[in-house]
Amino acid sequence: MSAETIATIWAFLIATAVFLYVCMDGFDLGVGILFPWIRGQEDRDVSVNTIAPVWDGNETWLVMGGAGLFAVFPLAYATIMPALYMPIILMLLALIFRGVSFEMRFRAETEGQRLAWDRAFSWGSYAATLCQGLALGAFVQGIEVEERAYAGGWWDWLTPFSCLTAAALVVGYGLLGACWLVWKTEGELQDQARGLARRLGVLTLLLIALVSAIMPFLQPEFRERWFAFPAILAALPVPVLVVFLGWRMFKALRETDGHPWRDGLPFLCALGLFFLAYTGLGISMWPMIVPPELTIWDAAAPRDSQLFLLVGAAVLIPIILAYTGYVYWLFRGKVKHGEGYH
Amino acid sequence: MLWDALPDALLLARIQFAFTVTFHFLFPAFTIGLASYLAVLEGLWLWTGRAAYLDLFRYWLKVFAVNFAMGVVSGIVLSYQFGTNWSVFADRTGPVLGPLMGYEVLTAFFLEAGFLGVMLFGLGRVGKGLHFAATSLVAIGTLISGFWILSANSWMQTPAGFTIGPDGRFLPADWWEIVFNPSFPFRYLHTITGAYLTTAMIVGAVGAFHILRDRANERARIMFSMAMWMAATVAPAQAVFGDMQGLWALHYQPQKVAAMEGHWETQRGAPLILFGLPDMEREETRMRVEIPYLGSLILRHSLDGEIRGLKDFPPDQRPTNVPLVFWSFRIMVGIGCLMIALGAVSLWLRFRGRLYDTPWFQRWAVAMAPSGLVAVTFGWITTEAGRQPFTVYGLMRTAESVSPIAAPAVAASLAAFVVVYFCVFGAGMWYLFRLLGKPPLPHEEGPRDDQPIRTAGITPAPSAQRPPARHPEPAE
Repeated sequence: MSAETIATIWAFLIATAVFLYVCMDGFDLGVGILFPWIRGQEDRDVSVNTIAPVWDGNETWLVMGGAGLFAVFPLAYATIMPALYMPIILMLLALIFRGVSFEMRFRAETEGQRLAWDRAFSWGSYAATLCQGLALGAFVQGIEVEERAYAGGWWDWLTPFSCLTAAALVVGYGLLGACWLVWKTEGELQDQARGLARRLGVLTLLLIALVSAIMPFLQPEFRERWFAFPAILAALPVPVLVVFLGWRMFKALRETDGHPWRDGLPFLCALGLFFLAYTGLGISMWPMIVPPELTIWDAAAPRDSQLFLLVGAAVLIPIILAYTGYVYWLFRGKVKHGEGYH
Repeated sequence: MLWDALPDALLLARIQFAFTVTFHFLFPAFTIGLASYLAVLEGLWLWTGRAAYLDLFRYWLKVFAVNFAMGVVSGIVLSYQFGTNWSVFADRTGPVLGPLMGYEVLTAFFLEAGFLGVMLFGLGRVGKGLHFAATSLVAIGTLISGFWILSANSWMQTPAGFTIGPDGRFLPADWWEIVFNPSFPFRYLHTITGAYLTTAMIVGAVGAFHILRDRANERARIMFSMAMWMAATVAPAQAVFGDMQGLWALHYQPQKVAAMEGHWETQRGAPLILFGLPDMEREETRMRVEIPYLGSLILRHSLDGEIRGLKDFPPDQRPTNVPLVFWSFRIMVGIGCLMIALGAVSLWLRFRGRLYDTPWFQRWAVAMAPSGLVAVTFGWITTEAGRQPFTVYGLMRTAESVSPIAAPAVAASLAAFVVVYFCVFGAGMWYLFRLLGKPPLPHEEGPRDDQPIRTAGITPAPSAQRPPARHPEPAE
């Protein structure tokens, strides 16, 4: 295989890892985002227990994204990280608060302590999501690179557009979290999650439309990609599918006959929306990895490095997906009140 | 403005990395040993059917869960810090070091994270054999993780199997030589053994603490006995591994060894300096307490072996903080000697049949609780501070590795890390102490789901629904 082919494969693999992260940590961050509306202690316990066995594996995809970028696109890693210094560091700090609260809130010895860890969990989820959204917006707007190094300032990431993407991601993760709870819980909590999912669903669709409308004006390359004649035919199905999936999600959220498949359907639709938004982003970006300066081939590590890790990835990623799937299957079904974990 | 502030930014970035990595490693140092210990306990339970082993498994599993979570979140920070604070290093060494970290994620992190859920929440949900498999996979995952990260770190100490491209990047030439670079095997062995001893000291201290309160507590006696076997056998072995690593370092990094030993002049028949004050201005070690010829005997295995002193190297090739290297090394070795003594005394008491009935010995074991963590930390400080002023030894300087980030940004993030780490991990430690302050009892409640657990003031934590067909135990 040529170096270009391997770099292309890796670009897809890293994009997949990031997407898996967005989906999986998206719904468990989303549960934290919904905490201000989930008031009762028991409901909160149930909500946390739906994600407790899997959050750690979900977050490993974030490490995979970071380490993968370092391994196969080191130049992208070395320019994006300094450019997004503040949001990345704040995200890491927020994830600390959130990550430890899973255990701590069950170790709390007074109601006050418990409340404090609930706050750490919820605020940590908000802060981590906001930072990811800010990082996404700043990244899409472009990163100034000179002589293999970041050449901008340390507040460049803060723009109206990055604030918009931050808000959009909070709403989007909230939707994923609400749909996840519709799937994994029952009774009042589930009803409440349905209501939240409906409201967040409307907001998500509006924000997707708004971000999509602004995107083509950020970089001339994006505009050509979407509005040049033959390309528009390939790009057209994306918004159409967004509308269809949105419609299907709302329909499923109204059907409350308790059929287990129906409870999972809104979550699948929400994932579908994320997939489409992500695909739209991919269509705009390709083949840039640090817009607008570097393509994936500019940033690629030498062929030997990429190939060495690709051999392992080809064997290991299917195995990882298999046992991750197994763990999800093992913890399938509704999570109930009153059964002890800890 | 950016470039004027850079010297400060470099120092701040170094402090930040030192702080986050030192804090982080406390958790894996304990986790690696504890994961293996849990696998042993569960294996013994399955093998012997003795309930005490299951109780101990559950007792330590709760500790493991808290500790593992802190290790995960403090570790994610590191995987991004290479890019945020050391971007030039990341760009130039990425082709060599990146894939090693990539393999760490693929072979270890996913394995640990994936099966941790089964390990913590799966008792009663999967069969015993499968649960034991999950525990073992988590333990194996910690060892694999150590393998890759030690390989990467050792490559920075003894780079091998690479070429340097025209743009200054390190390019891989031979992966076998990169992964199994000269210092890696001994450093891996030394680190894992250190982690096992760290765990043994904590387990032994907790056992001793509860024996002091209730001499009849069978579970406390079991854990104390197991930990003391570990100290008696592994602590002496660690001294041998440490010696091997010293000989390796003398070959590849003589400056570091000279700093560890406090030698400034090259000499034959060098003494072993036990204590002294290395003075970087005057280039000598003042107020030495030394044993003649022993330095040469240890490092050269001959009485008149030559040992090179720091003055043999240009000042810009010497470790930048000799007293730090010198003292860190002594703290590590001193604690190692105390562990060996603890193990030896335990054998004697065991032989006399008084292992559980000697309060002064139990108190000593309690005092040794943090000794492993301290020794591991100062061992790392010795080796990393001794590697300065380089990131890739002899080839890339720390000063040329740093990101072009303005000093205020690094300073702000450093302050945030310090505050958050002390608050969050301080609280975590406090909960760990609370857990360990309770004695291990029969029918230890673990993270299990076959009965609701009600503690005063806390609503019970609910669990996931079990598929009823496979689990006939009574519901709530």
